[in-house]
Amino acid sequence: MTQHPIISLDHATVAIGGRAVLRDVSFAIAPGEFIGVLGPNGAGKTTLMRALLGLVPASVGTLRVFGAPPARGNAAIGYLPQLRTVLPDLRVRGLDYIASSLHGERWGLPSLSAADRDAIEHTLDAVGAADLARRPLSEMSGGERQRLLLAQALMGNPKLLLLDEPLISLDARHQEVVIGVVRRIARERGITVLFSAHELNQLLGAIDKVLYLGNSHAALGTVDEVVTAPVLSTLYDTEIEVVRAAGHIFVMSRGRDVERDAHMHDHGHGHEHHGHHH
Amino acid sequence: MFQYDFVINAFIAAGIVAVVSGVTGYFLVMRGQTFAGHALSHIGFAGATGAGLIGLSPLAGLVGFTLIAGIAMGMMGERLANRDVAIGVVLSLALGFGILFLYYYTSFATQATALLFGNVLAVDLAMIKALSALGAATLVLLALIMRPLIFATLQPELAEAKGVPLRFISTVFLALVALAVAACAQIVGVLMVFALMVGPAAAAQRLVNGLWSGLVLAAALAVAEAWLGITIAYHTDWPVSFCIALLSALVYFAAAFRPTARHAH
Repeated sequence: MTQHPIISLDHATVAIGGRAVLRDVSFAIAPGEFIGVLGPNGAGKTTLMRALLGLVPASVGTLRVFGAPPARGNAAIGYLPQLRTVLPDLRVRGLDYIASSLHGERWGLPSLSAADRDAIEHTLDAVGAADLARRPLSEMSGGERQRLLLAQALMGNPKLLLLDEPLISLDARHQEVVIGVVRRIARERGITVLFSAHELNQLLGAIDKVLYLGNSHAALGTVDEVVTAPVLSTLYDTEIEVVRAAGHIFVMSRGRDVERDAHMHDHGHGHEHHGHHH
Repeated sequence: MFQYDFVINAFIAAGIVAVVSGVTGYFLVMRGQTFAGHALSHIGFAGATGAGLIGLSPLAGLVGFTLIAGIAMGMMGERLANRDVAIGVVLSLALGFGILFLYYYTSFATQATALLFGNVLAVDLAMIKALSALGAATLVLLALIMRPLIFATLQPELAEAKGVPLRFISTVFLALVALAVAACAQIVGVLMVFALMVGPAAAAQRLVNGLWSGLVLAAALAVAEAWLGITIAYHTDWPVSFCIALLSALVYFAAAFRPTARHAH
């Protein structure tokens, strides 16, 4: 690799509550790469992102972001946490929601300068969500909230974007919109992206590489290198078949699509409301 | 009615407490911690009656107990998986202790009624000074932590990643809620702090979207309800706390069931 990596793990072990979520993992991500982060539920996609943010330390080995150990409050990292259905009837405007995150770690009274306001509106515009500035959060659909959070992650021109399941609870059309927006902005601004998702297929056209997590291990490479029966069988700890058909890739275990199963399992309840676009 | 000092004192005290309650309550509602505020007031009842038993002023006991309980709740953080249940158990235990203290100190009974249901018409100058100090302390603390408090409330995961000390913020916030509750209990009583802390704030959040407009409206509604409540009580001879609670409920339900234009876009 000619360039210094943005993210590098060297024999890193990351444990939560005594359980090694990642064990002896090594990989390096080059600047500007768009990485799809995949793997079964509980494989450590969220934990990896939290480790990169400095919220979970590596217990063994080294973990580096921009060549330094991860530290909280790194302004060069934009983060979109996994959406949780909190504060459903909060009537906070999109603009105020994003504003709360600007210098939100400082003490004192909140304030919003004209420059901050312009920056927020500019960023909302960049993700095609200018109208969300004045709308309350409680009236946004799942897709609109994700775009709002994406805009927020882009505030301050980060060099690295950590997007944790930004497609969750979105229908296929909105998923494509979100992927397209991230892809475009990442290319324009040279941002490195870690984009976790349940299903590989929606990401196929957008990602440069895939980081597959599972069974405390990780495999990084192109889709052709990683999404193969031998690699995934190790990561899922069970015999995996990879079937390619009509431009799609199906990861099967004993005749079942494991990604789709995980997805169904995750979203069998609590559907987000869509389509307030009358 | 303003020819009487006790009415003027009541208006001043209620005005101070209403502003503090409305503003503090706004964040309590935003964080979904109204039940914690309710519990703090009940714990304060045990503190006040306990203080009476050992010869201290009830207000000192009230402030001391709510403050300790608020800090303890904040430090426990999310470790209590089911906080509502734990808070509920502590709440009833605190009321139980309050009753036990009363049992041993029966002459305190009239003051107990004032503690439970409020007695704003008996406020004197010393109490106004105490309420001013409590209110000022609450608002200063709130002003110091307001920015990270809002961030931590709206987006805890991101706030944590950006370096906001979530537990510290939560603890300071519950400590200042404890001070506000202690002040509020002097006006409407420990059983009815919801009337001034939650009702106006919840109504304000349903009526306006902006932060500052919401805070101003919450405080204004609380002051209006408190003053109007005292006025109605003066003319009808009904208990003040009833009048304030009634106004609070009316305003809240009017705001909650206000027809909205949410599908207009």
